[in-house]
Amino acid sequence: MSSPESSPYNDTEAAEHGSPRKTEWPLWEIFIRGQHGLSHRHVGSLHAPDAEMAIKNARDVYTRRNEGVSIWAVEAAHIAASSPEEKGSLYEPSNDKVYRHPTFFDIPDEVGAM
Amino acid sequence: MYAQMIKSEASQEDPEALKAFQDRIDAGSKIEPKDWMPEGYRKTLIRQIGQHAHSEIVGQLPEGNWISRAPTLERKAILLAKVQDEAGHGLYLYCAAETLGVSRDQLTRDLLSGKMKYSSIFNYPTLTWADMGAVGWLVDGAAIMNQVPLQRTSYGPYARAMVRICKEESFHQRQGFDIMMKMANGTDAQRRMAQDALNRFWYPSLMMFGPSDKESVHSEQSMAWKIKMNTNDELRQKFVDQTAPQAEYLGLTVPDEHLKFNEESGHYDFSEPDWDEFFQVLKGNGPCNTERLAARNKAWDDGRWVREGLLAHAKKKRNAAIAAE
Repeated sequence: MSSPESSPYNDTEAAEHGSPRKTEWPLWEIFIRGQHGLSHRHVGSLHAPDAEMAIKNARDVYTRRNEGVSIWAVEAAHIAASSPEEKGSLYEPSNDKVYRHPTFFDIPDEVGAM
Repeated sequence: MYAQMIKSEASQEDPEALKAFQDRIDAGSKIEPKDWMPEGYRKTLIRQIGQHAHSEIVGQLPEGNWISRAPTLERKAILLAKVQDEAGHGLYLYCAAETLGVSRDQLTRDLLSGKMKYSSIFNYPTLTWADMGAVGWLVDGAAIMNQVPLQRTSYGPYARAMVRICKEESFHQRQGFDIMMKMANGTDAQRRMAQDALNRFWYPSLMMFGPSDKESVHSEQSMAWKIKMNTNDELRQKFVDQTAPQAEYLGLTVPDEHLKFNEESGHYDFSEPDWDEFFQVLKGNGPCNTERLAARNKAWDDGRWVREGLLAHAKKKRNAAIAAE
């Protein structure tokens, strides 16, 4: 811990050295679309000060081996997620609707592929 | 395995909830960030994933040491790519730890203050170019032993980080072995360097798995939770069984006079490393502990103006955009 205390830059809250920083770079969730026509897929997250840097960092972190041709970065705070407690009310109603699956219907062999 | 001596926490929660949690793990379900989990599971994982992440980051230093001195431009580009991968691995792991409710900056602070540890292996110096070979071959080889089974660990984000890491790790080990082959088949001086690197890195690599966990209650709990998949001894044996024939292929001698294939057990017999040395290194008394921690602290301090400047710039742009609306 050798550096002298710096004064905060405009619009940031620099903390006393060693004590917790009051401001951390926000967390971004990264989605990548590969070259084979599939939709964007969540690959992980990273920290960045803004969207532009989030995409630059995502390029360096998540596409070092040709994993993708398109990047989406979404600030994690903006993602709404279902919670595990809702599992029952959200997903159980589909359990008794087996007719939604094609295998529910018996089609005679002589009809051929359907 | 970049995580050593992780103490797992006992849990004081409702026995019924604990049992339901254990049943889920036994059934092979993944635990996800918003699921209920015992405090002990959460804390042990933060410690383990955090230590693993720190090891990736500190692990850049011994190899970074040789980027500017690599023997050819191609070797330099390869080493640079490998060291960049390590930064990425650290990042995947910090992100996995963050899903457990700790921030990356907090983890970084705990590394810089010495509160959290990183793997003992990175407190050894890299003295010659042959060490780049030995590190890739032995150190990354040992890491792979541990990381491959961790792809099946019970905590979803950790398992997913491991999948990404394992994909990249085999490039690391192969590039190390490639350097060793070149050196071992080179001039007498090069062969001596290769042998010397093996001599210095053999026992520290065996130490990476941590001491025997026969009597450890901590590892029992971690194994039940599937955040540790094999015992330290199992992995060490596997590593020796895999590495000894590779050393033979290189025409190098493992610095252990007791190393011998045991026809009966089907495994190699070998000598234990010096565990006193291991505990000394963990305590901070290894050859490079002070240097490594000082380098991380300097990087954090010197980068401060960049972190703050970019944040200020982002805020300014955001405000300008709002004003323009």
